[in-house]
Amino acid sequence: MRELKILAIVIFFTAVTYWGVEPYAHSQMHPHVAPADFRFKDMEPLHVNGNVDNGKALVEANCLACHGIESVGYAAPMSSEDAAGAYGVVPPDLSHAGVIYAKNYLAGFLKDPVSATKLSHKFNDAKPYAMPSFAFLSDQEIADVVAYLQNIVATKPSDKEVFEEACGRCHSMKYDAWNAKTPIASMKNYLGAEAPDLSMMIRSKKAEYLNTFINEPLKMVEGIAMPRVGLSEASQSQVIAYIEKVGDRKKAERESLGLKLIGFMAIFTLIAYLWKVSIWKRAA
Amino acid sequence: MAQIKKAEGFIDWLDQRLAVKAFMRVMMSEYWIPKNINFLWAMGVVLIALFAVLLVTGLLLLMYYKPDVNLAFDSVNYTIMQEVEYGWLWRHMHGVAASATFLIIYIHLFTAIYYGSYKKGREMIWLTGMVLFVAFSAEAFSGYMLPWGQMSYWAAQVITNLFSGIPVIGDEVVIWIRGDYVVADATLTRFFMLHVVLLPLVILAVIAVHFYSLRFPHVNNQDSVELDFEAEAQKYKEGRIKESRVVPFWPVFLSKDFFVVGFFMTFFFFLVCYHFDFAMDPINFEPANSMKTPAHIYPEWYFLWNYEVLRGFFFDIGGIAAMDIGLIAFVFANVVFFLLPFLDRNAMNTAPAHKRPAFFVWFWLLIVDMIVLTVYGKLPPTGVNAWVGFFAAVVFLGLFIALPFITKLESKGERQ
Ligand code: HEC
Ligand code: HEC
Repeated sequence: MRELKILAIVIFFTAVTYWGVEPYAHSQMHPHVAPADFRFKDMEPLHVNGNVDNGKALVEANCLACHGIESVGYAAPMSSEDAAGAYGVVPPDLSHAGVIYAKNYLAGFLKDPVSATKLSHKFNDAKPYAMPSFAFLSDQEIADVVAYLQNIVATKPSDKEVFEEACGRCHSMKYDAWNAKTPIASMKNYLGAEAPDLSMMIRSKKAEYLNTFINEPLKMVEGIAMPRVGLSEASQSQVIAYIEKVGDRKKAERESLGLKLIGFMAIFTLIAYLWKVSIWKRAA
Repeated sequence: MAQIKKAEGFIDWLDQRLAVKAFMRVMMSEYWIPKNINFLWAMGVVLIALFAVLLVTGLLLLMYYKPDVNLAFDSVNYTIMQEVEYGWLWRHMHGVAASATFLIIYIHLFTAIYYGSYKKGREMIWLTGMVLFVAFSAEAFSGYMLPWGQMSYWAAQVITNLFSGIPVIGDEVVIWIRGDYVVADATLTRFFMLHVVLLPLVILAVIAVHFYSLRFPHVNNQDSVELDFEAEAQKYKEGRIKESRVVPFWPVFLSKDFFVVGFFMTFFFFLVCYHFDFAMDPINFEPANSMKTPAHIYPEWYFLWNYEVLRGFFFDIGGIAAMDIGLIAFVFANVVFFLLPFLDRNAMNTAPAHKRPAFFVWFWLLIVDMIVLTVYGKLPPTGVNAWVGFFAAVVFLGLFIALPFITKLESKGERQ
C-alpha cells in the first residue's frame, strides 16, 4: 500500500513535469492557428463550365512555351538549367496539374499568381513573378484551360509524382535521390532563400504542422519565401504520405515491433513478479 | 601460493584460480540489504539496466556513425535510421534511455535527500553520485551534439559560450573547448571522442567507486533505523530468515529489482516505439545550419532547471550585469548539490523527511521549485514568464542558503 502511494507521488510529479515541458510548452511556442482551408475561400470560384477542346488550343498557345506536359507527349521545352536561367525557377510539368491543384486555386493562380501564391512580400512590378499573369484571358477561357488540364489526367498520379510536380522544382529529397530541378543558386536569387531538403521533414515538422503549413505557409511562418502551392486536399495528403515514406520509412516496422517488445517485457515482468513473491514469502 | 588440487569441476577449477566463490559471496549472496525498503531503492539497479542499454546500443551505433560535419547528419538519419537493419531501434533506444536515465537519476537523488541517505557516513556515496550526475550530464550533452542537427549545433554554441563568462581567460577557454573560433568540425570530433571514450571510462570508474563507497555505511532504509548488519546477517545465515532484518543482495533483493526493472522497461519500450519526441526533439531532425537560428533554443528537459537559473536573472542588479549574475547563480546551482551533506547542520538525524517537519517543507518546496524552473526553462522568456523564472531562481538559491539555518534550528529543538 505504501509502495503504491509512493508510486502515485512519483508518477504525479513526473507527469506534471512532462505536461509542462511538452504539451504546455509547445502550445505556448506554437500558438494555435486556423485549420487548413482546401476551398481557398479567398479566391473567387469559377462560375462557368470549361470546354476541353478550346482549352487544348489555349494551353498549346499560351503555356507550352515554358511548361512540358509529358503525359500527352509534350516534352519540356528547355533543359532545367536553361529554364532556371531564363525564369529563375524551372516551370513544373503539367501532366497532373488538373488534379494536383484545387480547381479554385488553379483558376485564381492563372489570373493573379502573386496573390494566389501569397508572395506579394517577394514580388512586385520591379521584380515580377516568374510566370506571367493570364488576367487578360476571360473567365470562360480560364475555365477552358482548367477543364483541359483536368481532362488529360488519365490515371491518378503516384504520391511521388505529386511531389515532383508540386514541390520538386524547388525542393530536393536527398533520401530518395531527388534533386531539386532548380539549382540552389538560382533558387536563392529568385526567392531570396534556399528551399530546404525535405527528406527528414516528417520528423522535424510532423504531419500536423505540414498539413497547415503547405496549405498556407505564410500563416505559419512570418515572411517565409515559400509560395502557397494550392494543393487539393487529396494531393496534399499524397505529398505528406510521400514525405513520410521517405523520412520515416521504418514507421510500420517500429509500430509492429513495439507491441512485441512491450509484450515481451510484460511477460518478463510477470515472471519476475511471481519469482519475487515466492522468494519474499520465505524472507518476510 | 595456494594449494592447487585436481579440480572437481569447472567452477572449482575457476575457484582455485580466481576465488570466484568468495567473490560471489562478497558481491552477491552475503551482501546484506535491509528489509524495510521500498521500490525507490531499486532505482540504482534500474540505472544499471539503462546504462547497459546505452552501452550496447551505443556500440552498435558507433559502427555506422561518422563524426564529420558533412557526414554526421546523414550517417545518423539515413544510414542508421533507414539502411541498417534495426538501426532505428538502436537509435531510439539510445536516445530514450538517455532521457530516462536522467528521470531515474532525479528520482534516485531525491530519494537520497528525502531519506537522509547523504549524511552520517554516507557522504562519499552522495559525492560520488554527484560526480556521476555531472559525468552523465557531460555525456548527454556531448551525445546530443553528434547527430549534428539544429539543436546539436545551437545548444553547443550557447553552452560552450557560457565559458566566456570566466574572468580574464574566458574567451581563450571557449576557443580551447571548441578547437575553433566557432562550433565546427573540430568541435564535433572532440565531443565525439569525449562521448565514446573518455567520459564512458570516467563513468565506469566512478560507478565502481560509487558501489564501493556503499559497502561500509551500507544501504539506508526507509525508517532510518540503525541496523547491526553483522548480527542480522548471522540470524539470516542461521536460518532465522523471518526474524532477520536483512536480506542478501542475491537472490532476495535482486528478485524485487528484476520486477521493478521489468515494469520500467515495459514502459521504456512504449516510449521507444510510440512516444519518443520528448527525448528526440523534432528540431534536431533539421540539419545544423549556422545561418539559421531556431526560433526557440532550449536544452533537453533534464537541464532546463539549470538553464532557467542561468537566464532567470534577466536584468542588471546593483551595477552587476544580468549575464554575470546568471552565471554566478548557474555555477552555484551546479555546485550546491555537492555541498548538501555539509549544508545540513543536523548531520546525525537521518530520519526520513516526514519525521522532520521543517525539512519536509524544505524538500517539497525544492521539488516544486525545480519543476517550475524546468517548465519555465522551456517557455519563451517573455513577459510574465521571465518574472516567474526570476522568482523561481531566487527561491532556489534561497532554499539552499536557508538549509543550514533550518537544520541547525532542528538540531537545537531536538537537544532540548
Ligand atoms: C513564361 C513562362 C511560363 C508560361 C508562359 C506559363 N508558365 Fe506556368 N509557370 C512558369 C514558372 C517559371 C512557374 C514556377 C513559378 C514558381 O514556382 O515561382 C510556373 C508555375 C506554374 C504552375 C504551378 C503553380 C503552383 O501553385 O505551384 C502551374 C499550375 C502553371 N504554371 C500553369 C501554367 C499554365 C496553365 C500556363 C498557360 C496558361 C502557364 N503556366 C504558362 C512559367 C510559365
Ligand atoms: C517555388 C519554390 C517552392 C515550391 C514549389 C515549394 N517550396 Fe517549400 N519552400 C521553398 C522555400 C524557398 C522555402 C524556405 C523558405 C524560408 O526559409 O524562408 C521552403 C520551405 C519549405 C518547408 C520548411 C518549412 C519551415 O517551417 O521551415 C517545407 C516543409 C516545405 N517548404 C514544403 C514544401 C512542399 C511539401 C512543397 C510542395 C507541395 C513545397 N514546399 C513547394 C520553396 C518552395
